[in-house]
Amino acid sequence: MNVRLPFILVVACLACLTRFASAAPAAADAQVRTNLAAAVLANGEEQQKMLIDLANTGSKIVREVLVGWPRDQVIVYESTNGKLPAVLEDEVDADGKARAIRIDNGDFLKDDKGDILHLSPTDVTPAESDAALRSTIQKALDILALSAPDPDARRAAVQKLGNSARESNLQVLKLRLEKEHDSAVIKSIHEATALLELGSADPARQISAIKNLAKLDSIGSLDTLKRLANSKTNAPVAEAARGAVNSIEQHISAINIFGTLFRGLSLGSILLIVALGLAITFGLMGVINMAHGEMIAIGAYTCYVIQNLFGSGFGFSIILPFHFGSHPISFGLHLPGLNATGLLYESYFLFAIPLSFIVAAIAGLVIERAVIRFLYRRPLESLLATWGISLIMQQLFRMVFGANNVQVNSPSWLQGHFDIRDLILGYNRIFVIGFAVMIVAGTWLLLTKTPLGLLIRAVMQNRGMASCIGVRTDRVNMLTFAFGSGLAGLAGAFLSQIGNVGPSLGQTYIVDSFMTVVVGGVGSIVGTVWSAVGIGTGDQILQQVSGSPVTGKIVMLIIIILFLQWKPGGLFSIRSRSLD
Amino acid sequence: METGRIVFHSKPQPGLKHMQRADFKKFENWGVVLAAAILLVALPYLNAFTPESSFLHVSNFTINLYGKYLCYAILAISVDLLWGYVGLLSLGQALYFSLGGYMMGMYLMRMIGDLGQYHKAIPDFLVFLGWTTLPTFWKPFSSLPFALMMACLLPGLLALLFGFLAFRSRIRGVYFSILTQALTYGACLLFFRNSLLLGGNNGFTDFKFILGYDLRSPTTQRALYIATVVALLMVYGVCRWLNTTKFGLVQRAIRDSENRVLFSGYAAGNYKLFAYVIAALIASLGGILYVPQVGIINPSEMAPDKSLEAVVWVAVGGRGTLIGPVLGALIVNALKSWATRAYPDMWLMFLGALFVLVTLFMPKGLVGLASQLRAVKERVLRKRQSVNKEMPPAEMPPATAAENNLAK
Repeated sequence: MNVRLPFILVVACLACLTRFASAAPAAADAQVRTNLAAAVLANGEEQQKMLIDLANTGSKIVREVLVGWPRDQVIVYESTNGKLPAVLEDEVDADGKARAIRIDNGDFLKDDKGDILHLSPTDVTPAESDAALRSTIQKALDILALSAPDPDARRAAVQKLGNSARESNLQVLKLRLEKEHDSAVIKSIHEATALLELGSADPARQISAIKNLAKLDSIGSLDTLKRLANSKTNAPVAEAARGAVNSIEQHISAINIFGTLFRGLSLGSILLIVALGLAITFGLMGVINMAHGEMIAIGAYTCYVIQNLFGSGFGFSIILPFHFGSHPISFGLHLPGLNATGLLYESYFLFAIPLSFIVAAIAGLVIERAVIRFLYRRPLESLLATWGISLIMQQLFRMVFGANNVQVNSPSWLQGHFDIRDLILGYNRIFVIGFAVMIVAGTWLLLTKTPLGLLIRAVMQNRGMASCIGVRTDRVNMLTFAFGSGLAGLAGAFLSQIGNVGPSLGQTYIVDSFMTVVVGGVGSIVGTVWSAVGIGTGDQILQQVSGSPVTGKIVMLIIIILFLQWKPGGLFSIRSRSLD
Repeated sequence: METGRIVFHSKPQPGLKHMQRADFKKFENWGVVLAAAILLVALPYLNAFTPESSFLHVSNFTINLYGKYLCYAILAISVDLLWGYVGLLSLGQALYFSLGGYMMGMYLMRMIGDLGQYHKAIPDFLVFLGWTTLPTFWKPFSSLPFALMMACLLPGLLALLFGFLAFRSRIRGVYFSILTQALTYGACLLFFRNSLLLGGNNGFTDFKFILGYDLRSPTTQRALYIATVVALLMVYGVCRWLNTTKFGLVQRAIRDSENRVLFSGYAAGNYKLFAYVIAALIASLGGILYVPQVGIINPSEMAPDKSLEAVVWVAVGGRGTLIGPVLGALIVNALKSWATRAYPDMWLMFLGALFVLVTLFMPKGLVGLASQLRAVKERVLRKRQSVNKEMPPAEMPPATAAENNLAK
């Protein structure tokens, strides 16, 4: 599938292209071609006017011809019927000759007998182009770029014009402004117009442009404004520029602060999702589950498998390094896929979320029954045994899914971002935050509002007493552990959307999530929430301040160790009179 | 829960148990003497003075390999000193091992002189990073005594600082383990950075000379091997002596019930701090000897799983004894060398499964296997003798012995 999707895209693009080509003889295009052919043969101001008019149609054909013109690819062929303007193709044959396409009807240029002509670029007469024409062509190309169907492409074109420092471009922008509907592009046009006006000789216009830029919080113009602010030629202009620079710099620092907070919040949410399962198994049950990271990886790999089942299917085969007789022992599995596309394919993630919970929960259940239940009284040893399990699982991942990262595609509704006054908020990050809130709410409801939650809390507070009044502590342990593991699986489903999925995915998060639980106070879900948000935000702020992610992380670790001096039991330690 | 375990105050079991202990001690003494003789005398002798064709010949490769294993054994003793005797499971001992190794590595890097790839007077990676002169903190490392002093000071001070902070706020049990793991993780991240000027993720390698001797010559390697054996024996001796002192007694009491020790008026934190610093120094010693024999040191030696691996050696060998960690380090590493060659894909599975099985079924490790089997046999016998009588607790928890002594 990961091969398939781009393939489909390519096929779709090709289909579009061929359709475009076949639709060329449509009436509008025919008119454009006729006018274009006439424009090539015309000259002087009339020619320039015709070209600008043609550019305003936004036609692709015009673009092709205009791009080729200054490179002498537009030729005028003297046939028996008069002058025929044509465009030489880029490909040349063995003799260095190329075919030419007639501008007036889009066919190949042919000789009198109807055979396609092969022309050598040295033999033909290129259409004339002088300096004035070339600048007109450039202008026409700019206009064409401004009328591109994609708003982002239009914005890029506008910005390019804004940075061109040619006042002549003002008129082009003004024309476009009348037709433009997209608000982001309109903003860019205003910005570009003001930027161009900065170069004006009239100080009054300059000052009004500076004010406009300040009002627009134009980050792109900061360098230009700084230069103006330092220039000594015109005091009032420099003064205005200084004001604008200040205002824009304030805007930038505001964006940085909010951006850092947002990233901190989203990192905190990731930590929270990752650590919440651990808060259950470690905090409530006292089991140090070093295989927690691998539970996360299980969730992520479940996503990958579900995605493939919606696509082209999933299969693997393992060859063990042992032999049975002369045959190597191997086993494998192949599941056919749905070959879904479009919306159905993208909805795989909705199925993957609950399944990643279930699969990880089952894995947790098995581990609890097989190993951990024997170690409840020996927490340090549960740490060691689960580390052994984590090694085994990592190796299993490697054997089944390969040692490299696998590709999990985000559904299109998780790609893209909001842009609020230059502050970029990615959909996936917003989604992670929202999901963290949901998971915490769900966990809280389970622990406080359901019979199972009651039993979990009872066993956690006093195992012996709970057992005396008839709680089957063994079973509660099993379910609690499965629930904690399931939460880790959910975390994996989300991490698959924002990072790499590989066999050592879990290892990346294990230290962080343990720190989160310890700082929050073992046994406290509320504490985990606060510490996750705190560590996430702190990490991002330190990264911003120190300028390097690693330094930020190390400083954060030191801060955590110092914090534990102040509150050894974490943020929300459970008060009790018992000694450990 | 570690310290709050239920301690059975069963009457000391007469005869049998004490006899076993004495037996074991005698066995251990003879074993150590025998092992020392083989490692210290026989192997180097067979390496140096037998022809290569001989059946008895020990190859240079084997000597080098055993030297490496014995360095690991020193690390294992340092883990066990904390885990087996004080009840502190440190998941960051490999950090001190690597720090010792890095200090030694810095000396060895200086000894390369201008024989590096760039033929400059400063180490290659510094040339690569655009340095033309030696950074100031590198300068004194041209002297081996200084490097050795730093190899004691740096891990010692770090352990002192970290231990002081951790024990002052009474971080214990699994919290201590997690914090030590975070410490080594943080250090690992730090050492991966090029800007630390310690080689980044490539670390130090391509060593040439130590004290003017060629590092690659078999004689030098043999000398380093012998130094390692001597160091191991000294560490063993010191730890063994430490355990016979009152300090050792308090240590074990802390392991068995820290609160009782506190209530008896001992500053448990200081005892733990002392043990932690000593263990760091022992680990560092292992690292110092490891680097010239293996010829490379890089930050991956500090990765959290290296420390965990060292804990596996101790668990497999048997914690709470001094011979156990050494056995564990040798056996697990020999197994690793074999398995990574024979079944490269399956090695992690072996290690993981070994870990799970040892924790579940052999809590006392290989050293405790005999007494474990004897206990099973005893239980079966007793069951057969008195079917109706209630079964006495099969194993005496390790708590009682130390506590009884302390109470005297």
